[in-house]
Amino acid sequence: MKELLANDKNAASRAEACCSSSQVTMGGSAPQPLSIPMAQTQEDDTPCCGPKPGPPSSPFEKPGYRMWHFVSGFAETPVGAIPRIATTLKATDFAGTFRARLGICRDRYRVAPGLYSAGDPGAESPVLVTANYKLSFDSLRRELNSIDAWILVLDTRGVNVWCAAGKKTFSTEELIRQVNGVGLNRLVSHRELILPQLGAPGISAQAVKKGCGFKVIWGPIRASDLKTFLRNGRKAEGKMRQLTFSIAERILLIPVELSLIVKPSMIILLAVFFLSGIGPHIFSFSAAWFRGLNGAAAYILGVLAGAVVAPILLPWLPRRQFYIKGIWTGLVVGFIGVLSLGNDIGRLEFLALVLVSTAVSSYAAMNFTGATPFTSPSGVEKEMRQGIPIQIIAVAVATIAWVAAPFVN
Amino acid sequence: MQEFRYLENVTTLKLDEERCTGCGMCETVCPHTVFKVEKSKAYFADRDACIECGACTANCPVEAISVTPGVGCAAYIIQTWIKGRNAAVACC
Ligand code: SF4
Ligand code: SF4
Repeated sequence: MKELLANDKNAASRAEACCSSSQVTMGGSAPQPLSIPMAQTQEDDTPCCGPKPGPPSSPFEKPGYRMWHFVSGFAETPVGAIPRIATTLKATDFAGTFRARLGICRDRYRVAPGLYSAGDPGAESPVLVTANYKLSFDSLRRELNSIDAWILVLDTRGVNVWCAAGKKTFSTEELIRQVNGVGLNRLVSHRELILPQLGAPGISAQAVKKGCGFKVIWGPIRASDLKTFLRNGRKAEGKMRQLTFSIAERILLIPVELSLIVKPSMIILLAVFFLSGIGPHIFSFSAAWFRGLNGAAAYILGVLAGAVVAPILLPWLPRRQFYIKGIWTGLVVGFIGVLSLGNDIGRLEFLALVLVSTAVSSYAAMNFTGATPFTSPSGVEKEMRQGIPIQIIAVAVATIAWVAAPFVN
Repeated sequence: MQEFRYLENVTTLKLDEERCTGCGMCETVCPHTVFKVEKSKAYFADRDACIECGACTANCPVEAISVTPGVGCAAYIIQTWIKGRNAAVACC
Protein backbone atom coordinates (compact mmCIF):
# COMPACT_ATOMS: atom_id res chain seq x y z
CA MET A 1 0.00 0.00 0.00
CA LYS A 2 1.21 3.42 -0.91
CA GLU A 3 1.66 6.01 1.71
CA LEU A 4 0.38 9.47 1.17
CA LEU A 5 2.91 12.02 0.24
CA ALA A 6 3.56 14.88 2.54
CA ASN A 7 2.45 18.27 1.28
CA ASP A 8 0.48 16.67 -1.46
CA LYS A 9 -0.88 19.59 -3.43
CA ASN A 10 -3.95 17.76 -4.43
CA ALA A 11 -5.05 16.81 -1.01
CA ALA A 12 -7.62 19.51 -1.40
CA SER A 13 -9.16 17.76 -4.31
CA ARG A 14 -10.21 15.03 -2.01
CA ALA A 15 -12.03 17.36 0.28
CA GLU A 16 -15.65 17.37 -0.55
CA ALA A 17 -17.39 20.69 -0.78
CA CYS A 18 -21.11 20.36 -0.58
CA CYS A 19 -24.18 22.14 0.57
CA SER A 20 -23.48 21.66 4.21
CA SER A 21 -20.54 23.79 5.08
CA SER A 22 -19.46 21.65 7.98
CA GLN A 23 -17.84 18.94 5.94
CA VAL A 24 -14.80 20.75 4.72
CA THR A 25 -12.41 20.82 7.55
CA MET A 26 -9.16 21.73 5.93
CA GLY A 27 -7.50 22.79 9.14
CA GLY A 28 -4.99 25.58 9.28
CA SER A 29 -1.79 23.56 9.12
CA ALA A 30 -0.25 21.80 6.18
CA PRO A 31 -1.12 18.12 5.88
CA GLN A 32 1.21 15.96 7.94
CA PRO A 33 2.93 12.90 6.53
CA LEU A 34 0.69 9.99 7.18
CA SER A 35 1.18 6.35 7.52
CA ILE A 36 -2.09 4.65 7.96
CA PRO A 37 -1.92 1.20 9.41
CA MET A 38 -4.01 -1.35 7.63
CA ALA A 39 -6.99 -2.13 9.72
CA GLN A 40 -6.42 -5.46 11.36
CA THR A 41 -8.71 -8.09 10.08
CA GLN A 42 -10.66 -9.53 12.87
CA GLU A 43 -9.95 -13.23 12.93
CA ASP A 44 -12.20 -14.13 15.73
CA ASP A 45 -15.71 -14.22 14.47
CA THR A 46 -17.63 -13.47 17.59
CA PRO A 47 -19.09 -10.02 17.18
CA CYS A 48 -19.46 -8.24 20.47
CA CYS A 49 -22.22 -5.96 19.30
CA GLY A 50 -24.09 -5.64 16.03
CA PRO A 51 -23.10 -6.86 12.59
CA LYS A 52 -19.57 -7.24 11.25
CA PRO A 53 -17.61 -4.01 10.73
CA GLY A 54 -17.31 -2.62 7.20
CA PRO A 55 -14.14 -2.49 5.10
CA PRO A 56 -11.08 -0.67 6.45
CA SER A 57 -10.46 2.96 5.60
CA SER A 58 -8.75 3.67 2.32
CA PRO A 59 -5.07 4.49 2.70
CA PHE A 60 -5.74 7.75 0.87
CA GLU A 61 -8.05 9.09 3.50
CA LYS A 62 -6.68 11.94 5.55
CA PRO A 63 -7.95 13.41 8.78
CA GLY A 64 -10.08 16.43 8.04
CA TYR A 65 -10.66 15.52 4.38
CA ARG A 66 -13.34 13.56 2.70
CA MET A 67 -12.73 11.59 -0.45
CA TRP A 68 -14.91 12.34 -3.46
CA HIS A 69 -16.77 9.34 -4.78
CA PHE A 70 -15.42 9.96 -8.29
CA VAL A 71 -11.80 9.44 -7.28
CA SER A 72 -10.89 5.88 -8.20
CA GLY A 73 -7.26 6.01 -7.18
CA PHE A 74 -4.13 8.08 -7.34
CA ALA A 75 -1.38 8.35 -9.94
CA GLU A 76 2.16 8.79 -8.67
CA THR A 77 3.77 11.63 -10.59
CA PRO A 78 6.77 13.94 -10.30
CA VAL A 79 4.42 16.53 -8.81
CA GLY A 80 2.83 14.28 -6.22
CA ALA A 81 -0.09 11.86 -6.08
CA ILE A 82 -2.75 13.02 -8.53
CA PRO A 83 -6.32 11.79 -8.10
CA ARG A 84 -7.52 9.56 -10.91
CA ILE A 85 -11.16 10.19 -11.69
CA ALA A 86 -13.86 7.79 -12.79
CA THR A 87 -15.34 8.56 -16.20
CA THR A 88 -18.81 7.24 -15.50
CA LEU A 89 -21.31 9.17 -13.46
CA LYS A 90 -22.96 7.61 -10.43
CA ALA A 91 -26.44 8.09 -9.03
CA THR A 92 -25.14 10.71 -6.64
CA ASP A 93 -23.76 12.74 -9.58
CA PHE A 94 -27.13 12.66 -11.29
CA ALA A 95 -28.85 13.63 -8.07
CA GLY A 96 -26.44 16.54 -7.69
CA THR A 97 -27.01 17.59 -11.29
CA PHE A 98 -30.73 17.45 -10.70
CA ARG A 99 -30.49 19.65 -7.61
CA ALA A 100 -28.21 22.15 -9.33
CA ARG A 101 -30.58 22.32 -12.30
CA LEU A 102 -33.39 23.14 -9.91
CA GLY A 103 -31.27 25.90 -8.48
CA ILE A 104 -30.78 24.24 -5.09
CA CYS A 105 -27.35 24.99 -3.64
CA ARG A 106 -26.21 25.65 -7.16
CA ASP A 107 -23.50 28.04 -6.09
CA ARG A 108 -22.00 25.51 -3.68
CA TYR A 109 -21.85 22.69 -6.23
CA ARG A 110 -18.17 22.65 -6.88
CA VAL A 111 -15.06 20.51 -6.90
CA ALA A 112 -11.66 21.47 -5.57
CA PRO A 113 -9.52 23.24 -8.17
CA GLY A 114 -6.21 21.69 -9.15
CA LEU A 115 -4.93 18.74 -11.10
CA TYR A 116 -6.71 15.45 -11.80
CA SER A 117 -6.01 12.57 -14.14
CA ALA A 118 -8.14 10.38 -16.36
CA GLY A 119 -6.99 6.98 -17.57
CA ASP A 120 -3.23 6.52 -17.36
CA PRO A 121 -1.69 9.77 -18.59
CA GLY A 122 2.03 10.37 -19.07
CA ALA A 123 4.33 13.22 -20.00
CA GLU A 124 2.93 13.41 -23.52
CA SER A 125 -0.73 13.38 -22.58
CA PRO A 126 -2.97 16.35 -23.28
CA VAL A 127 -3.93 18.79 -20.54
CA LEU A 128 -7.63 19.70 -20.54
CA VAL A 129 -8.71 22.80 -18.67
CA THR A 130 -12.14 23.29 -17.11
CA ALA A 131 -14.05 25.14 -14.41
CA ASN A 132 -14.70 23.92 -10.87
CA TYR A 133 -18.48 23.93 -11.24
CA LYS A 134 -19.28 20.29 -10.67
CA LEU A 135 -21.59 20.12 -13.71
CA SER A 136 -18.76 21.38 -15.96
CA PHE A 137 -16.38 18.90 -14.38
CA ASP A 138 -18.86 16.02 -14.75
CA SER A 139 -19.68 16.81 -18.36
CA LEU A 140 -15.97 16.70 -19.12
CA ARG A 141 -15.08 13.54 -17.24
CA ARG A 142 -17.95 11.50 -18.67
CA GLU A 143 -16.41 12.05 -22.12
CA LEU A 144 -13.00 10.79 -21.09
CA ASN A 145 -13.43 7.04 -21.05
CA SER A 146 -10.53 5.44 -22.96
CA ILE A 147 -8.71 8.79 -23.01
CA ASP A 148 -5.51 9.39 -21.07
CA ALA A 149 -5.39 13.03 -20.05
CA TRP A 150 -4.61 15.50 -17.32
CA ILE A 151 -7.40 17.74 -16.18
CA LEU A 152 -6.61 21.15 -14.79
CA VAL A 153 -9.54 22.60 -12.88
CA LEU A 154 -9.54 26.36 -12.40
CA ASP A 155 -11.08 28.02 -9.39
CA THR A 156 -14.05 29.73 -10.99
CA ARG A 157 -15.96 29.88 -7.67
CA GLY A 158 -18.19 27.05 -8.81
CA VAL A 159 -19.36 28.83 -11.94
CA ASN A 160 -19.47 27.24 -15.40
CA VAL A 161 -16.88 28.07 -18.05
CA TRP A 162 -18.99 30.48 -20.10
CA CYS A 163 -20.31 32.55 -17.20
CA ALA A 164 -16.97 32.43 -15.40
CA ALA A 165 -15.22 33.73 -18.50
CA GLY A 166 -17.70 36.61 -18.53
CA LYS A 167 -17.07 37.26 -14.84
CA LYS A 168 -13.32 36.93 -15.36
CA THR A 169 -12.81 34.13 -12.88
CA PHE A 170 -12.02 31.75 -15.74
CA SER A 171 -9.16 34.06 -16.51
CA THR A 172 -5.63 34.38 -17.79
CA GLU A 173 -4.36 35.05 -14.25
CA GLU A 174 -6.13 32.03 -12.73
CA LEU A 175 -4.90 29.76 -15.50
CA ILE A 176 -1.30 30.87 -15.05
CA ARG A 177 -1.65 30.52 -11.27
CA GLN A 178 -2.88 26.93 -11.56
CA VAL A 179 -0.32 25.93 -14.18
CA ASN A 180 2.49 27.20 -11.99
CA GLY A 181 0.84 26.04 -8.76
CA VAL A 182 0.59 22.39 -9.76
CA GLY A 183 4.00 22.43 -11.43
CA LEU A 184 2.66 21.47 -14.82
CA ASN A 185 5.99 22.02 -16.55
CA ARG A 186 7.49 19.24 -14.43
CA LEU A 187 4.59 16.93 -15.22
CA VAL A 188 4.31 17.13 -19.00
CA SER A 189 6.98 17.40 -21.67
CA HIS A 190 4.84 19.40 -24.12
CA ARG A 191 3.70 23.00 -23.61
CA GLU A 192 0.08 22.97 -24.67
CA LEU A 193 -3.22 23.46 -22.89
CA ILE A 194 -6.58 22.54 -24.39
CA LEU A 195 -9.29 24.98 -23.32
CA PRO A 196 -12.99 24.99 -24.03
CA GLN A 197 -13.73 27.64 -26.65
CA LEU A 198 -16.37 29.21 -24.44
CA GLY A 199 -13.62 30.23 -22.03
CA ALA A 200 -12.15 32.59 -24.63
CA PRO A 201 -13.79 35.80 -23.33
CA GLY A 202 -11.81 35.43 -20.10
CA ILE A 203 -8.50 34.21 -21.47
CA SER A 204 -5.93 35.84 -23.67
CA ALA A 205 -3.91 33.13 -25.37
CA GLN A 206 -0.93 35.45 -25.92
CA ALA A 207 -0.88 36.49 -22.26
CA VAL A 208 -0.99 32.85 -21.12
CA LYS A 209 1.94 32.03 -23.37
CA LYS A 210 3.86 34.95 -21.95
CA GLY A 211 2.87 34.18 -18.38
CA CYS A 212 3.65 30.47 -18.15
CA GLY A 213 5.05 29.35 -21.49
CA PHE A 214 2.06 27.21 -22.40
CA LYS A 215 0.24 27.57 -25.70
CA VAL A 216 -3.53 27.71 -25.59
CA ILE A 217 -5.36 25.47 -28.04
CA TRP A 218 -9.05 26.27 -28.33
CA GLY A 219 -11.01 23.07 -28.08
CA PRO A 220 -14.64 22.47 -29.00
CA ILE A 221 -17.53 24.19 -27.23
CA ARG A 222 -19.08 20.92 -26.04
CA ALA A 223 -17.16 18.26 -24.15
CA SER A 224 -19.01 15.65 -26.21
CA ASP A 225 -16.96 16.73 -29.25
CA LEU A 226 -13.70 16.29 -27.41
CA LYS A 227 -12.94 12.79 -28.68
CA THR A 228 -13.44 13.80 -32.29
CA PHE A 229 -11.35 16.89 -31.66
CA LEU A 230 -8.45 14.87 -30.27
CA ARG A 231 -8.77 12.32 -33.07
CA ASN A 232 -8.77 15.02 -35.76
CA GLY A 233 -5.40 16.36 -34.76
CA ARG A 234 -6.87 18.89 -32.34
CA LYS A 235 -8.94 20.72 -34.88
CA ALA A 236 -12.42 21.98 -34.15
CA GLU A 237 -14.39 23.24 -37.09
CA GLY A 238 -17.89 24.15 -38.12
CA LYS A 239 -20.52 22.90 -35.71
CA MET A 240 -17.98 22.23 -32.98
CA ARG A 241 -17.33 25.97 -32.81
CA GLN A 242 -20.95 27.12 -32.86
CA LEU A 243 -23.37 27.52 -30.02
CA THR A 244 -26.74 25.83 -30.07
CA PHE A 245 -29.88 26.54 -28.10
CA SER A 246 -32.14 23.58 -28.60
CA ILE A 247 -35.51 23.14 -26.93
CA ALA A 248 -33.93 20.69 -24.46
CA GLU A 249 -31.22 23.20 -23.58
CA ARG A 250 -33.87 25.86 -23.05
CA ILE A 251 -36.04 23.66 -20.85
CA LEU A 252 -33.05 22.84 -18.65
CA LEU A 253 -32.67 26.54 -17.85
CA ILE A 254 -36.26 27.10 -16.78
CA PRO A 255 -36.08 25.83 -13.17
CA VAL A 256 -33.16 28.08 -12.27
CA GLU A 257 -34.92 30.98 -13.92
CA LEU A 258 -38.01 30.27 -11.79
CA SER A 259 -36.01 29.81 -8.60
CA LEU A 260 -34.59 33.31 -9.07
CA ILE A 261 -38.08 34.77 -9.30
CA VAL A 262 -39.42 33.16 -6.12
CA LYS A 263 -37.92 35.64 -3.67
CA PRO A 264 -39.07 38.93 -5.23
CA SER A 265 -42.42 37.27 -5.89
CA MET A 266 -43.13 36.93 -2.16
CA ILE A 267 -43.02 40.69 -1.70
CA ILE A 268 -45.07 41.32 -4.82
CA LEU A 269 -47.73 38.84 -3.75
CA LEU A 270 -47.98 40.51 -0.34
CA ALA A 271 -48.59 43.81 -2.10
CA VAL A 272 -51.23 42.19 -4.31
CA PHE A 273 -53.13 40.88 -1.28
CA PHE A 274 -52.87 44.25 0.42
CA LEU A 275 -54.16 46.19 -2.60
CA SER A 276 -56.99 43.70 -3.00
CA GLY A 277 -58.32 44.52 0.47
CA ILE A 278 -58.82 48.21 -0.27
CA GLY A 279 -62.45 49.07 -0.96
CA PRO A 280 -65.48 51.11 0.07
CA HIS A 281 -65.11 49.71 3.61
CA ILE A 282 -61.54 51.08 3.70
CA PHE A 283 -60.02 47.66 4.19
CA SER A 284 -61.65 44.26 4.09
CA PHE A 285 -59.75 41.16 5.04
CA SER A 286 -62.11 38.89 3.21
CA ALA A 287 -61.66 40.98 0.05
CA ALA A 288 -57.91 40.96 0.59
CA TRP A 289 -58.06 37.19 0.63
CA PHE A 290 -60.59 36.41 -2.11
CA ARG A 291 -59.70 39.17 -4.55
CA GLY A 292 -56.07 38.70 -3.61
CA LEU A 293 -56.20 35.09 -4.73
CA ASN A 294 -57.30 36.22 -8.18
CA GLY A 295 -54.56 38.83 -8.28
CA ALA A 296 -51.99 36.27 -7.18
CA ALA A 297 -53.22 33.84 -9.83
CA ALA A 298 -52.79 36.49 -12.54
CA TYR A 299 -49.27 37.21 -11.29
CA ILE A 300 -48.30 33.55 -11.25
CA LEU A 301 -49.79 33.05 -14.71
CA GLY A 302 -47.60 35.91 -15.89
CA VAL A 303 -44.49 34.31 -14.38
CA LEU A 304 -45.29 30.99 -16.03
CA ALA A 305 -46.02 32.64 -19.37
CA GLY A 306 -42.77 34.60 -19.32
CA ALA A 307 -40.35 32.19 -17.68
CA VAL A 308 -41.70 28.85 -18.91
CA VAL A 309 -43.85 29.25 -22.02
CA ALA A 310 -41.79 31.97 -23.68
CA PRO A 311 -38.43 30.14 -23.39
CA ILE A 312 -39.96 26.96 -24.79
CA LEU A 313 -41.66 28.71 -27.71
CA LEU A 314 -38.78 31.16 -28.18
CA PRO A 315 -37.98 30.67 -31.87
CA TRP A 316 -41.62 30.63 -32.89
CA LEU A 317 -42.84 33.74 -31.08
CA PRO A 318 -43.11 36.80 -33.33
CA ARG A 319 -40.47 39.55 -33.18
CA ARG A 320 -36.92 39.39 -31.91
CA GLN A 321 -37.37 41.45 -28.77
CA PHE A 322 -37.89 39.23 -25.76
CA TYR A 323 -40.22 41.68 -24.08
CA ILE A 324 -42.55 41.38 -27.07
CA LYS A 325 -42.32 37.59 -27.05
CA GLY A 326 -43.34 37.80 -23.39
CA ILE A 327 -46.28 40.05 -24.22
CA TRP A 328 -47.70 37.42 -26.58
CA THR A 329 -47.43 34.57 -24.11
CA GLY A 330 -48.65 36.77 -21.22
CA LEU A 331 -51.69 37.94 -23.14
CA VAL A 332 -52.74 34.47 -24.23
CA VAL A 333 -51.99 32.67 -20.96
CA GLY A 334 -53.45 35.56 -18.93
CA PHE A 335 -56.62 35.76 -20.98
CA ILE A 336 -57.34 32.04 -20.89
CA GLY A 337 -56.30 31.77 -17.25
CA VAL A 338 -58.41 34.67 -16.01
CA LEU A 339 -61.42 33.48 -18.01
CA SER A 340 -61.19 30.16 -16.24
CA LEU A 341 -61.13 31.87 -12.82
CA GLY A 342 -64.91 32.24 -13.07
CA ASN A 343 -67.49 34.80 -14.03
CA ASP A 344 -67.72 36.81 -10.81
CA ILE A 345 -64.85 38.92 -12.13
CA GLY A 346 -65.95 42.34 -13.34
CA ARG A 347 -64.77 43.94 -16.57
CA LEU A 348 -62.41 46.34 -14.84
CA GLU A 349 -60.92 43.53 -12.79
CA PHE A 350 -60.59 41.37 -15.87
CA LEU A 351 -58.64 44.12 -17.59
CA ALA A 352 -56.41 44.56 -14.55
CA LEU A 353 -55.65 40.84 -14.26
CA VAL A 354 -54.79 40.35 -17.93
CA LEU A 355 -52.59 43.45 -17.86
CA VAL A 356 -50.74 42.10 -14.84
CA SER A 357 -50.11 38.73 -16.50
CA THR A 358 -48.90 40.43 -19.64
CA ALA A 359 -46.57 42.88 -17.91
CA VAL A 360 -45.10 40.22 -15.62
CA SER A 361 -44.65 37.83 -18.52
CA SER A 362 -43.00 40.51 -20.61
CA TYR A 363 -40.54 41.26 -17.82
CA ALA A 364 -39.80 37.61 -17.08
CA ALA A 365 -39.19 36.88 -20.77
CA MET A 366 -36.92 39.90 -21.01
CA ASN A 367 -34.96 38.53 -18.08
CA PHE A 368 -34.43 35.29 -19.96
CA THR A 369 -32.08 37.14 -22.32
CA GLY A 370 -29.40 36.59 -19.69
CA ALA A 371 -29.68 32.84 -20.06
CA THR A 372 -29.61 32.76 -23.84
CA PRO A 373 -26.36 32.47 -25.78
CA PHE A 374 -27.30 34.76 -28.66
CA THR A 375 -28.22 38.10 -27.10
CA SER A 376 -25.79 41.00 -26.99
CA PRO A 377 -25.82 43.41 -24.04
CA SER A 378 -26.27 46.33 -26.42
CA GLY A 379 -29.32 44.66 -27.89
CA VAL A 380 -30.78 43.81 -24.50
CA GLU A 381 -30.24 47.35 -23.31
CA LYS A 382 -31.99 48.67 -26.39
CA GLU A 383 -35.02 46.49 -25.92
CA MET A 384 -35.17 47.26 -22.21
CA ARG A 385 -35.45 50.96 -22.98
CA GLN A 386 -38.57 50.16 -24.94
CA GLY A 387 -39.92 47.33 -22.84
CA ILE A 388 -39.60 48.61 -19.29
CA PRO A 389 -41.72 51.77 -19.82
CA ILE A 390 -44.44 49.65 -21.41
CA GLN A 391 -44.33 47.20 -18.50
CA ILE A 392 -44.48 50.01 -15.95
CA ILE A 393 -47.46 51.65 -17.64
CA ALA A 394 -49.28 48.31 -17.83
CA VAL A 395 -48.72 47.65 -14.12
CA ALA A 396 -49.78 51.19 -13.19
CA VAL A 397 -53.00 50.96 -15.19
CA ALA A 398 -53.68 47.51 -13.76
CA THR A 399 -53.17 48.75 -10.19
CA ILE A 400 -55.52 51.69 -10.66
CA ALA A 401 -58.16 49.47 -12.28
CA TRP A 402 -57.80 46.85 -9.54
CA VAL A 403 -58.12 49.34 -6.68
CA ALA A 404 -60.92 51.26 -8.40
CA ALA A 405 -63.01 48.16 -9.22
CA PRO A 406 -64.66 47.71 -5.78
CA PHE A 407 -65.69 51.40 -5.76
CA VAL A 408 -67.19 51.21 -9.23
CA ASN A 409 -69.24 48.08 -8.60
CA MET B 1 -27.68 29.28 -34.38
CA GLN B 2 -29.29 30.49 -37.56
CA GLU B 3 -32.76 29.87 -36.12
CA PHE B 4 -32.10 32.52 -33.48
CA ARG B 5 -31.47 36.05 -34.62
CA TYR B 6 -31.33 38.98 -32.27
CA LEU B 7 -31.54 42.72 -32.86
CA GLU B 8 -29.60 44.10 -35.81
CA ASN B 9 -27.14 46.94 -35.88
CA VAL B 10 -26.65 47.12 -32.13
CA THR B 11 -23.27 45.53 -31.52
CA THR B 12 -20.33 47.72 -30.50
CA LEU B 13 -17.97 45.47 -32.46
CA LYS B 14 -15.34 47.20 -34.62
CA LEU B 15 -12.60 45.80 -36.79
CA ASP B 16 -9.50 47.69 -37.85
CA GLU B 17 -8.56 46.00 -41.11
CA GLU B 18 -5.33 47.96 -41.38
CA ARG B 19 -3.97 46.30 -38.25
CA CYS B 20 -5.24 42.80 -38.94
CA THR B 21 -2.57 40.27 -39.81
CA GLY B 22 -5.01 37.55 -40.74
CA CYS B 23 -3.91 35.15 -38.00
CA GLY B 24 -7.40 33.67 -37.79
CA MET B 25 -7.68 33.74 -34.00
CA CYS B 26 -10.96 35.69 -34.05
CA GLU B 27 -12.50 33.17 -36.40
CA THR B 28 -11.47 30.38 -34.01
CA VAL B 29 -12.74 31.81 -30.74
CA CYS B 30 -16.01 33.44 -31.87
CA PRO B 31 -18.97 31.21 -30.95
CA HIS B 32 -21.18 32.81 -33.60
CA THR B 33 -18.98 32.74 -36.70
CA VAL B 34 -18.91 36.52 -36.91
CA PHE B 35 -15.50 36.59 -38.62
CA LYS B 36 -14.04 34.90 -41.65
CA VAL B 37 -10.47 35.31 -42.78
CA GLU B 38 -9.59 35.47 -46.45
CA LYS B 39 -6.42 36.65 -48.17
CA SER B 40 -4.79 37.40 -44.80
CA LYS B 41 -7.54 39.76 -43.70
CA ALA B 42 -10.43 39.20 -41.33
CA TYR B 43 -13.85 40.45 -42.41
CA PHE B 44 -17.35 40.37 -40.97
CA ALA B 45 -19.21 37.33 -42.19
CA ASP B 46 -22.16 37.98 -39.88
CA ARG B 47 -21.71 41.06 -37.74
CA ASP B 48 -25.27 41.06 -36.37
CA ALA B 49 -24.71 37.66 -34.77
CA CYS B 50 -22.17 39.20 -32.38
CA ILE B 51 -23.10 38.85 -28.70
CA GLU B 52 -20.30 41.11 -27.44
CA CYS B 53 -18.70 38.36 -25.40
CA GLY B 54 -15.22 39.79 -25.91
CA ALA B 55 -13.51 36.54 -26.90
CA CYS B 56 -12.15 38.02 -30.14
CA THR B 57 -10.77 41.19 -28.56
CA ALA B 58 -9.12 39.22 -25.75
CA ASN B 59 -7.36 37.00 -28.25
CA CYS B 60 -6.49 39.21 -31.21
CA PRO B 61 -2.71 39.51 -31.02
CA VAL B 62 -2.58 42.96 -32.64
CA GLU B 63 -5.60 44.62 -31.02
CA ALA B 64 -7.39 45.00 -34.31
CA ILE B 65 -10.80 44.34 -32.77
CA SER B 66 -12.72 46.38 -30.25
CA VAL B 67 -16.01 45.66 -28.53
CA THR B 68 -17.65 46.72 -25.27
CA PRO B 69 -18.00 43.34 -23.61
CA GLY B 70 -20.77 42.52 -21.19
CA VAL B 71 -23.54 40.12 -20.38
CA GLY B 72 -26.82 40.32 -22.22
CA CYS B 73 -28.91 40.04 -19.11
CA ALA B 74 -31.61 42.40 -17.89
CA ALA B 75 -30.65 42.34 -14.22
CA TYR B 76 -27.06 43.17 -15.13
CA ILE B 77 -28.10 46.07 -17.32
CA ILE B 78 -30.37 47.51 -14.64
CA GLN B 79 -27.32 47.45 -12.37
CA THR B 80 -25.26 49.31 -14.94
CA TRP B 81 -28.00 51.93 -15.06
CA ILE B 82 -28.03 52.34 -11.31
CA LYS B 83 -24.43 51.81 -10.31
CA GLY B 84 -22.55 52.38 -13.53
CA ARG B 85 -20.80 49.90 -15.77
CA ASN B 86 -17.80 49.25 -13.56
CA ALA B 87 -19.68 48.47 -10.37
CA ALA B 88 -22.15 46.05 -11.90
CA VAL B 89 -21.57 42.33 -11.40
CA ALA B 90 -22.38 39.89 -14.14
CA CYS B 91 -25.31 37.80 -13.15
CA CYS B 92 -25.59 34.58 -15.11
S1 SF4 C 1 -7.45 37.92 -34.50
FE1 SF4 C 1 -6.94 40.03 -35.08
S2 SF4 C 1 -5.15 39.82 -36.41
FE2 SF4 C 1 -6.03 37.78 -36.22
S3 SF4 C 1 -7.38 37.62 -38.00
FE3 SF4 C 1 -8.64 38.36 -36.32
S4 SF4 C 1 -8.57 40.58 -36.47
FE4 SF4 C 1 -6.92 39.79 -37.75
S1 SF4 D 1 -17.52 39.66 -29.22
FE1 SF4 D 1 -17.86 37.44 -29.16
S2 SF4 D 1 -19.60 37.12 -30.51
FE2 SF4 D 1 -18.81 39.15 -30.96
S3 SF4 D 1 -17.43 38.83 -32.65
FE3 SF4 D 1 -16.20 38.77 -30.80
S4 SF4 D 1 -16.12 36.62 -30.28
FE4 SF4 D 1 -17.79 36.84 -31.77
